[in-house]
Amino acid sequence: MADDTRNRPSPTAADDEAFKRELVQLIPHLRAFARTLCGDPAAADDLAQDAMMKAWDARASFQMGTNMKAWTFMILRNQFYSEKRRSWRQSQLDQEAAERTLVAVDDPEAPVALDELRQGLAMLPPEQREALILVGAGGFAYEEAAEICGCAVGTVKSRVSRARRALHAILEGGAYDRDGEPASDAMRSILADAERLSTVR
Amino acid sequence: MSDDEYPKRGRPSRERHADDMIEQRPSGERRKSSAALDEARLRQQAIGVRLRQMFDQVVNEDVPDEFLEILRRADSRSSEQG
Repeated sequence: MADDTRNRPSPTAADDEAFKRELVQLIPHLRAFARTLCGDPAAADDLAQDAMMKAWDARASFQMGTNMKAWTFMILRNQFYSEKRRSWRQSQLDQEAAERTLVAVDDPEAPVALDELRQGLAMLPPEQREALILVGAGGFAYEEAAEICGCAVGTVKSRVSRARRALHAILEGGAYDRDGEPASDAMRSILADAERLSTVR
Repeated sequence: MSDDEYPKRGRPSRERHADDMIEQRPSGERRKSSAALDEARLRQQAIGVRLRQMFDQVVNEDVPDEFLEILRRADSRSSEQG
């Protein structure tokens, strides 16, 4: 980032307090992002807690006023992939868990079609899934997503575009299959619920 | 809440890149492809709405007390040291 660290006073208790307040507000978003990476809710919360503590420990290097959400997401993502590298066996299990419960929620009233979206997402290559989630659900600009993932903006754009196309194809009919039902049912139920969902937010 | 989450016509700025996936077709199929394009856009928007819904469901869950507890402990530790 910009070479702007000169003459920065050492952090005070008030700085810590402001940082903490902002960090606390980001916890729900960190949990949601972790859930998309890990699948398993308990493992995701462990990851989110680790990321939260890493961010806290590194608070002196964060410049207040810049995008803390993108910064913490980057920390969380790095943490996830470094843990993955440490234990390949575990990551296999994570992947299986992700395929079963990608972004599992404790809401019995959750629309059924979310299941289908979850399963569709689980079929995408991880880097496409991650790009689509950051831009399509996390509300990040392409530039921010590129920073979080440590890649070029054009790379993020093409990953998002390919992810959209692939997800659409999966839900529409190709690879997706559930209990022998025609795959196009997934897309139909998504369309049927979309209008209602748009009024929920 | 607002119409721009799921408009029946027009294109919200947020979803404009959904058009990226539409391929150009020969002019003979223009009318057909225009309908297909609207349909594809609608479907991409529906997926986009769902995707945000899925993420927001987790965002809206109550944060387990553990998170705040861990942070509180770390904070008191650092103020003791400082």
